[in-house]
This record gives sequence, C-alpha cells and structure tokens, in this order.
Amino acid sequence: MESATTTALPLDVRADFPILGREISGRPLVYLDSAATSQKPEAVIETIADYYRYHNANIHRGVYTLAQEATEMFEGARARVAAFCGGEAATTIFTRNATEAINLVAYAWGRPNVGAGDVVLITQMEHHSNIVPWQLLCEEVGAELRYLDVSEEGTLSLDQLDAELAGGRVRLCAFAHVSNVLGTINPVAEMAARARAAGAVSLVDGAQGVPQLPVDVSAIGADFYAWTGHKAVGPTGIGVLHGRRELLEDMRPFLGGGDMIRTVDWQRSTWNELPWKFEAGTSMIAEGVGLGAAIDYLEALGMDNVRAHERELTRYALERLAEVGGVRVIGPSDPDQRGGVISLEVEGIHPHDVADLINRENVCVRAGHHCAMPLMRRLGVPATARASFGPYNDRGDVDALVGALAKARDVFGIE
Amino acid sequence: MDDLYRDYILDHYKRPRNFGELDPHDLDAHDHNPLCGDEMGVHIRVSDGRIADLRFHGQGCAISQAAASIASEEYIGMPVDEVPRLDGEWLIDLLGIPISATRRKCALLNLKVMRGALTGDPSWPSGSG
Repeated sequence: MESATTTALPLDVRADFPILGREISGRPLVYLDSAATSQKPEAVIETIADYYRYHNANIHRGVYTLAQEATEMFEGARARVAAFCGGEAATTIFTRNATEAINLVAYAWGRPNVGAGDVVLITQMEHHSNIVPWQLLCEEVGAELRYLDVSEEGTLSLDQLDAELAGGRVRLCAFAHVSNVLGTINPVAEMAARARAAGAVSLVDGAQGVPQLPVDVSAIGADFYAWTGHKAVGPTGIGVLHGRRELLEDMRPFLGGGDMIRTVDWQRSTWNELPWKFEAGTSMIAEGVGLGAAIDYLEALGMDNVRAHERELTRYALERLAEVGGVRVIGPSDPDQRGGVISLEVEGIHPHDVADLINRENVCVRAGHHCAMPLMRRLGVPATARASFGPYNDRGDVDALVGALAKARDVFGIE
Repeated sequence: MDDLYRDYILDHYKRPRNFGELDPHDLDAHDHNPLCGDEMGVHIRVSDGRIADLRFHGQGCAISQAAASIASEEYIGMPVDEVPRLDGEWLIDLLGIPISATRRKCALLNLKVMRGALTGDPSWPSGSG
C-alpha cells in the first residue's frame, strides 16, 4: 500500500533495462544493489555491441577509416563525459575505475608532494579505495594519516575540518561525495574551498556522487574528482579522473608505456599532452564508448530528475521501513541530506542472514562491511544490510524489500 | 519450514552450546571471515591428547554461529590430531542443511579457527569454496 503522502515518481524507466525483465523462480528481480554496481540500459549494451560489430580498431594511430571511427567514438565519449561533469576533455582522464583514479593521484601527485611530517586528511566514512592508497603513501613517505570523525547522524563536522587545517600540516584532503554506507551527501564544495584556503590539495571520491547527483566539478572546485562508469549505468572497466590542469601538467606520469609518450629514446622519453600522458597502453575503447552512451542516457533522463526520483524513493523507503519492527536505519534521517543508499540492521538477525533470507523473494541487497571496515568499527556494527537505488527502481521494489524483511523476521521467530 | 534456517539451526544460533570464555586454557585462536565480517575465537583445554573442553566466542551470522555450536559438541572428546584432518564435507554433513557456495565459509569458520588453534595453520579447510 502506498502512503497518502505519495507523489508521482519523476522516472519510469524500468523497461529500458533488459536484465530487469528477467525472472528467477518465476518472479521478477528486485534489484537494490546499485551502490555496488548499476544495471545497464539497452542503449549502453547496444552501443558496445555496435562498436565491436562495426567500428573496432585501435585508436590514436591508424589512418584507415575504421581506426578514425574508433578514435572519434572514444574521444567523442570523453568530450561528452567531461561536459556532463562540468570538466574539460583535456583534464578528463580515463582510468580502470575510481580506485585506479585515486591511486593515480596518490602515486603521481602524492609521492613527490607529500613528505615526512605532512598530514593526509580523510574521513571515517571512506571506502577502502579512498583509505588504502593514502595508507600506502603515508607509510612510504613518513606522513601522518588523520581522519575526520563521523557523528551519530552519519555526518562530518566542518569545524573539525577547520581545526585540522589550522594545524598547518595538511597537504591533501580526500573525502567521499556520497557515503556508500550511510548515504550521507557531504558538502564537498565547501570542504574543497576550505582545503584550498589552507593550502591543501583536495580529492573527492565521487563513485556514489555522479550516478545520483548532478555533478559540476568546476563548481565543486576540488583539485581532483574521481568516479567510475559501472555505477553510473555504464560498463565495468572504466573510471574517470577529473583533475586541475596546473597539477596534471606538473605531475609525472602514473604508468609508462605506449600512447602516453611523445618521443622515446634509449634512455629517456618525453610525455604526451593531457589527458593521454596518464593513459598508458591501449585504452578501454569499448568501455569508453559505452560510458559515453551511459552519460547520454543519464543526460536524457536529466540528473535533476534522477536525484528527485531517488530522493523520493529514499523518503518512501525510510517511511515504510519504520513500519517493520526492529529495523534500524543507519545514517542521516533527512532524505535531503542523503543519497539513495540505506544501510540497516534488523534486530536479532545478522545482516548476512537478512540478505540470504530476502534473496528468496528475489530482493538483491548487499550484506557485509561494504569495503568500509573502519566505518563499521566507528558505528559499532560488524556489518550491515544495504539497499541502494538506481533510476530504474520504483515503489514496488521498496514494498518488496519491506515484505521480505517482515518474512525474514517470521523465519527467525521474531514477534 | 525453511530449508536453511531449520528449527535446530535457529535453536543453536539463539542458544549456542559451549560459547563464552574458558580460563585457563591450553590453546586458543581467533580469526574472521573478511567477506562478511564474521569473527570467531576459541579457547581449548587439552587432556591426554584429547580436547577436554572448549568455548567459542565472537559474532556472526546464524550459519556461522550455529555451525560452531553444533560442531563444538563433536570436537569435545576428539583426539587433537584428528581435528585438523576433518574437511569441509564433514562439517556440511554434520549441519544437515543445503549450504550454497556463498555461505560455505560461514559454516566452516569454526573449523578454520580450530585448525589455527591446534596446528597454527590459518588456512581454510578443504572444501571451503
């Protein structure tokens, strides 16, 4: 039953996603794990197949027609991806995923610029991909890794950020745009501005940001913004790093090899211009072309609509989950402050069992530490079950989750 | 009735046998399943080459906790050199429920911890998937 306060959802696009037509044991799929990876619309699947069927050739080299087509498709995708996020093509670097984008910064900017006694400042809500590269860096150069706390409501404190910056040792701040566990939307523009004012470089992990919010990297103003294609209805194997031009120009390459060079001599080489200086070896061409189709798709939906859709679904889910006894939702209670990610605990049932039990109703959620073990420790939970939304979800998916949770409680004999 | 979460599994989960601490003890180990965050430790008393008593402790899903509880009743009295020879199939048979590939490590965590305590070998028992 929908509640009286229900309004129409902005999007109705389930039919665009072929996998959601699949039934398991005669019942439809309820896919609530988009924070792990999103499903792909037909337009993306078809674009990748079309690329391989009709246009496949290596890029940036051949003078024949196919090679020109492939190059134009790949570089055209880059230009559209850059524009989609408010960036420029030259400073939009394709990587394997967001993790590799962050590692690129940790190696190519971090190693030469962070030294003994410096501080790298991150937050307690980071994904392992925005923790471990900094641990490796700090260990190697003798820097200190410090964390901003997460409050009981699942938010960060700008006052604590100021206090850390005031210490004068912070060289780099790295923080998530949207938490993959709490759903918290962080004030990243404000955080980046404060970091800059204190002379620190900033990096935003936008893996959960770009898929669900309108993102303008120039307005956010961070020095680096990393995200990944497969969470934004695109293919796996392609991530994006938007960087500030002056920093990228000064940086040494990350990986060496073909395509990233201008000239190679016996002992030394010179580097290609941006962005190719950071793209060694044959690129993920089909994936880049596929990512172009993904952002075309999202652009046509309108990211404001995607955000409004997921915000309304989140509001509805928070309301309905409150009806199920013994369910505790972690993270901000205000849907305006959170993205479409809901981590929950069910009293008396371990998250792993929750996920297994509701899988019987074809409800796909993630159980575990969500690659955020330090945050789990902060929250005092071993793990959570997490439901997360994409533009293709609807209220029926939330209703299925709520029904499955009630059944799980029955199986465990919880009144 | 549920295939996996049978009454006796839920009973062992809610009222685990041989759970807690055992002090003093002769052997101990602590381990975890990084996939799901389950963690488990064991305290063991040895007498005349046999496991005289033991206690598991930690936290985890119903399958990992019930499996430890059910297996604990088998371990007590067993020669210490027999436990490391037990494999995953022994434990799965003992549980008597269909364990999918994704839940095998949950079920076998207690045997991994036992092997760690008795031999110092922290590897998963064979058949862990």
